Amino acid sequence: MNIKEKYTLAEEVIDHALKSGAGQASVAIDEGINNEIEIRDQKIDRLIQSNRNALTIKLYVDKKYSSNSTSRLKKDELFRFVDEAIASTRYLAEDQFRSLPDQALYYKGGGPDLNICDTELGTIDTQAKIELATSVLNEAYNKDERIITVSSVYSDNISYRVLVSSNGFKGDSARSNTNLSASVSVRTDKGRPSDYWEENALFYDRLKKTGIGTKALERTLKKIAPQKIQSGRYPMIIENRAAPNLLYPLFNALQGNSLYQKQSFLIGKKDKAIASKVMSVADDPLIPSGAGSRLFDGEGLAAVRRPLVEDGVLRNYLIDTYYGKKLGMDPTSGGSSNVVFRLGTRNMEGMINLLKKGIVVTGFNGGNCNGSTGDFSYGIEGYLVENGAIVHPVNEMNITGNMNRIFFNLVETGNDIIEGSSELVPSLMFEEVDFSGI
Amino acid sequence: MKLRRRDFIRLSGITAAGSLILPPLFQSCKGPALSGQVTAFLDHFEVTPEILERVISAAMSRGGDYADLYFEHTISNYSDLQDGVVNQTSSNIGYGVGIRVLKGDQTGFAFTENVTPEAMLNAANIASNIANGTGKPVTADFSEYISPNLYPVMTSWEETSVREKIPFLERINEKVFAADSSVTKVNASVSDTTSYILFYNSEGRLAWDNRPLANLSVTCIMEQNGRIENFRVASSSRKGSEFLTNDLVDRLSAEAVEKTIIQFDATKPKAGEMEVVMSPGESGILLHEAIGHAFEADFNRKKTSIFSDKFGQKVAESFVTIVDDGTLPSDRGSLNFDDEGSPTEKTVIVNNGILTGYLHDRISAAYYKVKPTGNGRRQSFRFIPIPRMRCTRMENGPHKKEEIISSVKNGIYVDSFSNGQVNIGAGDFTFFVKAGYLIENGKLTKPIKDINIIGNGPQALADIVMAADDSRLADGTWTCGKDGQGVPVTMGLPTVKIRKLTVGGINA
Repeated sequence: MNIKEKYTLAEEVIDHALKSGAGQASVAIDEGINNEIEIRDQKIDRLIQSNRNALTIKLYVDKKYSSNSTSRLKKDELFRFVDEAIASTRYLAEDQFRSLPDQALYYKGGGPDLNICDTELGTIDTQAKIELATSVLNEAYNKDERIITVSSVYSDNISYRVLVSSNGFKGDSARSNTNLSASVSVRTDKGRPSDYWEENALFYDRLKKTGIGTKALERTLKKIAPQKIQSGRYPMIIENRAAPNLLYPLFNALQGNSLYQKQSFLIGKKDKAIASKVMSVADDPLIPSGAGSRLFDGEGLAAVRRPLVEDGVLRNYLIDTYYGKKLGMDPTSGGSSNVVFRLGTRNMEGMINLLKKGIVVTGFNGGNCNGSTGDFSYGIEGYLVENGAIVHPVNEMNITGNMNRIFFNLVETGNDIIEGSSELVPSLMFEEVDFSGI
Repeated sequence: MKLRRRDFIRLSGITAAGSLILPPLFQSCKGPALSGQVTAFLDHFEVTPEILERVISAAMSRGGDYADLYFEHTISNYSDLQDGVVNQTSSNIGYGVGIRVLKGDQTGFAFTENVTPEAMLNAANIASNIANGTGKPVTADFSEYISPNLYPVMTSWEETSVREKIPFLERINEKVFAADSSVTKVNASVSDTTSYILFYNSEGRLAWDNRPLANLSVTCIMEQNGRIENFRVASSSRKGSEFLTNDLVDRLSAEAVEKTIIQFDATKPKAGEMEVVMSPGESGILLHEAIGHAFEADFNRKKTSIFSDKFGQKVAESFVTIVDDGTLPSDRGSLNFDDEGSPTEKTVIVNNGILTGYLHDRISAAYYKVKPTGNGRRQSFRFIPIPRMRCTRMENGPHKKEEIISSVKNGIYVDSFSNGQVNIGAGDFTFFVKAGYLIENGKLTKPIKDINIIGNGPQALADIVMAADDSRLADGTWTCGKDGQGVPVTMGLPTVKIRKLTVGGINA
């Protein structure tokens, strides 16, 4: 289906829903095209291609709500699907807070070209992608006698969305992503450590194509012979690529559903300090070629740059139309786009140089956070630092604490964000973190 | 962030999907003598034996060794109670075929949601590119596979409207609020999935399956003196809507309340290494993370698993026997046949302390020259099958629960979990404890909660020093993630003591 056909189908499905008894409806038609090539030890291990479609209809039937999706897109089937969904929705309880968003908040067009879709991606042939993945592999393959296996992956995807609502929203978007990664596994006396490196870019031309295999090998070799150390309270540096893991509970706690269902440790904290003054984070949907950039969110609300945390003070929750009504708050957006940290002046190496004794966390291993209380505990791996230098790798340790306290211990944000990510989080340094080891 | 080398398991509170739309009846042409049941499935997907043969031939046309077609029609529903009423549902229909070609250990794959001959031939063509020679014509006779019937359905979910689910959810709400005045919120949900599967491969195997999966979940949230605590309990089974009973509702409601109350008294243990006693049941997460993934044969043939060189060796005490079982009736981790058409079985992976079995898919079974163990699984037709677990459990040991607990001077007893993860190369595995107790001088004392435990797989396995005769299965909504795809699993364990694990906690 081309874009015009998708709009026509969406409108016809909405018309049918309204005629069949829905008061309001919105339809999203999503399409995704994916390619993946994995090379392992010089042989193509996997060659995968796929095209995925779905139509999702949100129905508001006498103030009763349901969401229904299907990959069967023939019109007669869709009409029957909608009829059955409406019948089923009628059994639910009324919810006075359920309705489509206020039209005034919709994106109305005229926004900038965000430049987030590589329309040439389809012209790159499979052989070129295979050669690219192979060149990544060859940077590491056979380069050290301890290597067990090297694998590299090239993947790309384009996704298209058409969104139409019965109260006047009509919009479409397209975004692409390309990814190259390598992972290396080495044999040692005590286990087979492995590590990876990856690069992402929205556009094939901007994808960094060299150094990936080399970095994956380097990082893996650095991990050899880890030891865990005494349990204790130490400063912690979290490497930029691992840092988002510590933020996911915060983002969950900002959600309307978590707040309303008392599963958020940030209830009542708006305009209150939740972190040290060092922390300022914004949600910015309008960054040109940003990996998370968008002109409108999942409901069609116009994308707006908003502060989430300013100098440690919580400024905005992530509130969609429904929870806005339930909580008595103006909606912001139910989801995040590009998460942008205010940057500091040093990168991770710079922070390490000034650390007398502490631990650099380069990866998390399981663990969780209690949404209601903020209690967290995570497995980690990384390095012991003493007197400004890495001493040895560490693993098999945990960090434990509470989200309501740990961010007050944030003493520095780095200047080292990762290109091509929607999580523009630098390396972070915390003091006084509880580590468990020996 | 893409979880690639990290394999994880978590409690799901999942998905949903819509109502059944069957394509109109489609008459098969005359062909091989096939049973009424498989013919019904062919008609359901609007294919004939002749079409299947043509697609397989196209898939094998560049010299692949093997090809398979996995047709799937999945209808899922999710009904949610919040704030006293069932006021939202979501539904999803997935429909399509995954076409896979193997050349040695190499995989070509494509899927299509349009199950027309043209679309399937196109996908077969794409998948066939993993080989780059010419193929010989495929001439396997149709061989209908008669599988066991591990999950008979009394009342199908497609015949069960949301109207019949609502009373059970409302009863949960009632029971939980009535149980304690500090209850402030209740969330309850039922999710059900019905999958129609049709499988055909280049060896002629033709099989069908009808797979139900149901989950009931209760979250109790309480507030006491400004403090909020919550606890989630859930149950899952491969059953039709006979799964929903008042007994199940009452049991889960009582458990959710009881466990939430305890959370208010919970403390954190001291950080560091200590003895850990695991209670029977979902503590089987220990097996899933510490060794289960590391025994998946793809990691072993690639030699990336820390257990790759330990086959046939003693890895645990002689009283330790661990199996991965796909044959338990109505179990969340069971399958009548796996997602590559191989029969499932009870696979012994550690036998009296010796590592005797890996978990195989077709590729690794061929590599190791053994028969497939029925562990080839996939999230849906949109993914390739790879070795996955099913129900991973340890058999009874020689000790008694009481003697195990009283043998611990300073340690912890752990009971409820939410998720775990493992690095199969380094061997570090973890699991997150939602509830447990300190053990002080051989007795359970203060409750503990929200701490992560980390250990090393081979070390932890060898450190299982006591195991009781009370092995039990978990029945929660466990979903295992690997390689970007999730499959339902279960686990089981008797009471065990592990000599030493690293426990997340506080440094005084």
